[in-house]
Amino acid sequence: MSETDRVLIKGNEAVAFGAVDAGCRCYFGYPITPQNEVPELLSSLIPENGGAFVQAESEVGAINMLLGAGACGVAAMTSSSSCGISLMQEGISYMAGSHIPGVIINMSRGGPGLGDIGPSQGDYFQAVKGGGHGDHRNLVLAPSLAQECYDFMFRAFALAFAWQNPVMILGDAIVAQIKEPVRRVPPAGAHKPKDMSDLARDWRIEGFGGRGQNAVPRLLKSVYLAEGALAERNRLLLQKYTDMRREALFDSEYTDDAELVVVAFGSIARIARSAVRRLRDEGRKVGLFRPVSLYPFPEEALRLCATGRRFLVIEQNTGQMVEDVRLALNGVSSVLWHGVMPGLFIGAGELIDPILQAVKEKS
Amino acid sequence: MSRTDKCLRPQNDEKLVFDVNSVLNERVTHYCPGCHHGIAHRLVSEVLHELGVADKTILVASVGCAAFTYDYFNVDSVEAPHGRACAVATGVRRARPDTVVFTYQGDGDMAAIGIGESLHAANRGEKITAVFINNTVYGMTGGQMAPTTLLGQKTTTSKQGRSLSNEGGPIRLAEIMAQLQGVAYSARYALDSVKHVREAKKAVRGAFDAQIAGLGFSFVELLSGCPTNWNLDPVAANKRIANDMIPVFPLGVFKDVADE
Repeated sequence: MSETDRVLIKGNEAVAFGAVDAGCRCYFGYPITPQNEVPELLSSLIPENGGAFVQAESEVGAINMLLGAGACGVAAMTSSSSCGISLMQEGISYMAGSHIPGVIINMSRGGPGLGDIGPSQGDYFQAVKGGGHGDHRNLVLAPSLAQECYDFMFRAFALAFAWQNPVMILGDAIVAQIKEPVRRVPPAGAHKPKDMSDLARDWRIEGFGGRGQNAVPRLLKSVYLAEGALAERNRLLLQKYTDMRREALFDSEYTDDAELVVVAFGSIARIARSAVRRLRDEGRKVGLFRPVSLYPFPEEALRLCATGRRFLVIEQNTGQMVEDVRLALNGVSSVLWHGVMPGLFIGAGELIDPILQAVKEKS
Repeated sequence: MSRTDKCLRPQNDEKLVFDVNSVLNERVTHYCPGCHHGIAHRLVSEVLHELGVADKTILVASVGCAAFTYDYFNVDSVEAPHGRACAVATGVRRARPDTVVFTYQGDGDMAAIGIGESLHAANRGEKITAVFINNTVYGMTGGQMAPTTLLGQKTTTSKQGRSLSNEGGPIRLAEIMAQLQGVAYSARYALDSVKHVREAKKAVRGAFDAQIAGLGFSFVELLSGCPTNWNLDPVAANKRIANDMIPVFPLGVFKDVADE
């Protein structure tokens, strides 16, 4: 790595650079804080790379443009924040139901309602439980550094096309706005943009002539009215969601000998890591488990480090991921919870006491 | 070709005296007796056939009676959520500028829930064609009031008759479209008579010509009968179009930049 590979940029800018470097050729979006650097930068980067940038009339418009571009097998994305993502849920459900890939960035805000533009993890449920109507799931990645904002774009597009499914990047105001050095180099093993069009060749809509004059027309849809047809469709989706489990990602430190494992994701995981390291320096046996993919949730990895340990979930909401941690551990270990209220900017120092308290608390 | 019901081909000693074009699938219709969707489908298919572009055409289907439009067209298709066809078509055309893209939408889909997506796609001059079926009711859901319902018209959700003070007046989408800079072609015709059907065909052709010439968004509104939800027989439904609808929704080409 040379020093010239590194640029000092915001997480939002890293998303935009990562998107074009990963092969994204269409962007559709509507302005909303705190993600505006994404469309601002892409409004020049995408056309420079021969793609289409459209500022949509609303998030409803944007997600449906994404549906259309994704149906053509073209790498496409949108970005928004919380309330805007709520407006996209109908389209996301249709994309999932029609097996249409696309990448959706949620640099979330505090809620509910208009909330604020500060940090929050209040959209966890919406992101990982489907969010829209009907039985569907999005693959969800949670970056905690600007570098991951860049790197995860490659993974997001690769996953979207591998699974023909919407992929969401769930960040927040901290990871979106913090400026830090980022290596603008595709991560090891990153897919090539051509891989995506190869994967789409068998299902994309394009005009049947592209497949020969006698080709059978293709149809991408989510409506299944014939008796038993919708059940069959849902069985297919269920199988897909089951198979997706192998995409679970996590990272951890000090979990081998920890008595208490802190579970946190995204920006809060980064802050919790500083607190855990500080406590380690003081000889406390604490560790950190960080789900990197929020769906699929890395439940197996979490279970593997469960025996003899207690867990403290720290998240910036009123208690969401803690439910998935409890489900994963299924009563094997005790799970405590510490909530940071949405809208607050906290430092590692503010997590020391809650962690120490959990260390002392006997289950 | 796919999606064809073989039973519709001549059987035994039957002789074929008229054939549909290859863009239109032969299949048993799901539309009601006297419904004009079939005529509209045929006009669109004939234009695509004449232009020789079906093999690079993408249909964006909508929600309503026309939800299954793709069953009748021999082209690649994608389903859009209710009202969002023009946004989906935007994504398709921007992703694949080498295709011919059209939406086929009813009045509830395009003029109510989807009017935002429709007007903005039109204003951006998206190179797509929207075929708009105006039959003054929500057909699929059982004849509720639509944005195009006539004043005084009784529907299942305007039982006293639509009133200007309570529900507002019928939206004239072709005239609204014509005012937007991105629109290259906007016309309204009716499907109630042979003469009008012939005019409508020319308008559909004009709309696709505008798209293929890259002039901008093109729009054609077709006044159509819905005997089922109007509680009329097909002949009376045609008369209603002539007597009640056309005075409110005048026929003609409201904008054609190719002609200017």
